[in-house]
Amino acid sequence: MSSATRQQRILGIVQGTRARPARFRDEQITMAHGAGGKASQSLIEGLLLPALQNDALAALGDAAVLSVSGTALALSSDIFVVRPIRFPGGSIGELAVNGTVNDLAVSGARPLALTLSLVLEEGLSAADLRAETEAIARAADAAGVQVVAGDTKVVERGHADQMYACTTGLGVLDPRARLSPSGLARGDRILLSGRIGEHGMAVMLARQEFALEAQISSDTRSLWPAADALLQAAGRDLHCMRDATRGGVASALNELARASGVAALVSEAHVPVAPAVAGAGELLGIDPMYVANEGKLVAFVAPASADGALRALRAVPGCEHAADIGEVVLEPPGMVLVDTAFGGRRVMDLLAGDPLPRIC
Amino acid sequence: MRFVQEFRDAGLGRALAGEILALVEPGRTYKLMEVCGGHTHSIYRYGIDGLLPDGVELVHGPGCPVCVLPMGRVDDGIAIAHEPDGIFTGSGDMLRVPGSRGSLLETKAQGADVRIVYSPLDALGIARLHPDREVVFFAIGFETTAPSTALTLKRAKAEGIANFSCICNHVTIVPPLRALLESPDLRLDGFIGPGHVSSIVGARPFQFIPADYKRPLVISGFEPLDVLQSIHMLLAQLAGGRCEVENQYRRVVPWEGNPRALEVMAEVFELRPHFEWRGLGFISHSGLKLSAAYAELDAERRFAIPGVRVADPKACQCGEVLKGVIKPWECKVFGTACTPERPIGTCMVSPEGACAAYYSYGRYAQERELV
Repeated sequence: MSSATRQQRILGIVQGTRARPARFRDEQITMAHGAGGKASQSLIEGLLLPALQNDALAALGDAAVLSVSGTALALSSDIFVVRPIRFPGGSIGELAVNGTVNDLAVSGARPLALTLSLVLEEGLSAADLRAETEAIARAADAAGVQVVAGDTKVVERGHADQMYACTTGLGVLDPRARLSPSGLARGDRILLSGRIGEHGMAVMLARQEFALEAQISSDTRSLWPAADALLQAAGRDLHCMRDATRGGVASALNELARASGVAALVSEAHVPVAPAVAGAGELLGIDPMYVANEGKLVAFVAPASADGALRALRAVPGCEHAADIGEVVLEPPGMVLVDTAFGGRRVMDLLAGDPLPRIC
Repeated sequence: MRFVQEFRDAGLGRALAGEILALVEPGRTYKLMEVCGGHTHSIYRYGIDGLLPDGVELVHGPGCPVCVLPMGRVDDGIAIAHEPDGIFTGSGDMLRVPGSRGSLLETKAQGADVRIVYSPLDALGIARLHPDREVVFFAIGFETTAPSTALTLKRAKAEGIANFSCICNHVTIVPPLRALLESPDLRLDGFIGPGHVSSIVGARPFQFIPADYKRPLVISGFEPLDVLQSIHMLLAQLAGGRCEVENQYRRVVPWEGNPRALEVMAEVFELRPHFEWRGLGFISHSGLKLSAAYAELDAERRFAIPGVRVADPKACQCGEVLKGVIKPWECKVFGTACTPERPIGTCMVSPEGACAAYYSYGRYAQERELV
């Protein structure tokens, strides 16, 4: 067998392995399983999906879509664990509301109501809990949803870290578009709703593990206004939206390219990054494309409607820096390619685990 | 970002790529090794390889600290991490390196107190904070990171912090380069020299490469224009029949290196008679241990460690990959038994490792070749 044929055969095997549903073969859970990269994918596709299989779950959307007496409803749930619970620009209470509201919004559903469950650690100060409750009320008010049910549990000191929150959200599917993670089509423009990496970087710096100070605030906010503007401007030409949370824009694009069997081609120079985030990422050796956002979405829009959609998006408060960052192409399927600002081209893969600062 | 963005100018990059093309003799192949993993990272991060003419091929060298760490040393670290009441600290990437039975991250999941630190001084800070617990720092890296470990140990000694110790896996860059150059199957035309290491050791230690082995070396910075300019300088040497050590990274690397850093290293460390490298085997005088004056801070003396040499998995060909003898995809387990999620060899662990890079980028790279 010639060298080139052998190389091609081996790359074919690699491609096959990557395309198959990830298997879960680990003997214990490590932090990598929670990082939103390949290990998380193996946990979801390899363990949870096969055990619980049904059509609504298998779509792997940000929210499940259910039809109840002819009404299409969206249902989504999320758990919030963040240390420290308060950081520049937000706190766990706001995240708990906006995170679930955003999963509904990017599924094309108008958020209606939330449930809220709290796990509280023995010894948590009442002032902290009161502050978070107020933050939840404010965020729910701003997002136009009501918290209609919930639960609280208290665990012994050391069995939780201050407080964890879980919210489940119900929304009604908006008829203006039909969105799907597998809906990406050749030629679609990729719109990004603003500057990336602010939430993850703000929390990382708030932990004070690095001797580094920068003016970076979390971007936590409801994405329904942005989603609403896109639905209005693009209608059926809006094919898919996703909020770029854990794992950042890179992971969101990879998941969708994989689900649609297409490639995403991103122009690095067009990705908006605040100078402070770019600088902190540079120092720490962390690519902002992999850093979490809590108020940014990527949207895939047919080219005819893309310019109008971008204009509409930029008119939404908080989305002033929205940009067209690339397009959907057919080859190589399931991959994300980046045209670097330097003029080269590379692959932007899922991370295997947490983004870790490089040592040198 | 000022003073960084200037070195990422796409227009200058295209111009340099054009000048590189002009230096290439038609039909000739140039194999250049970038010694340092930091360069490998830049090359992929900016897509530099795609800007080079067909005949110029980059080979990834042994300068990735995570990639060359042998399994036995990881096992030693894991044994110490299991000590009751201890706190084990190390850099992030290193914690993912597989030993013979799992990695330090898995040890953490089993209940050991394993913490990621960003500097050895952070580990010392943890020791100050927990005077009743033994805090161990797992030190890895070339001359780039060795001085900060040395300074930390000096400080620990001066402050009399008794609960701090270090398991030293620092290595030096010249011995593996010599081992590579002695290898009979070597086919390299020149070296892109390690920039950060050279900021400590200077340019002089590399002069044996042109003198004894007739290969040019250009010490290079890490921004894309640095790497391209270094490639240009190497090709200009080859075209002009010259063969010497040149310094492209003059804004950081003084010819003499950093004498103060070398002084601290000489005080705190001494050469081991030999040290094992993943894939390359034992190399004489290539590893550092704590000197007699710092023996009390040596975790290898303080704790009982297995110290067993664990053979690299038979199927794994990291050594040949590190020497540039085979391409990652030519390894028997590449992409099948060995993947970034479940690495067998270290080249698959670090994003700077040649195999991990090729696993992620290979299919795309080949499609480009076929176009």
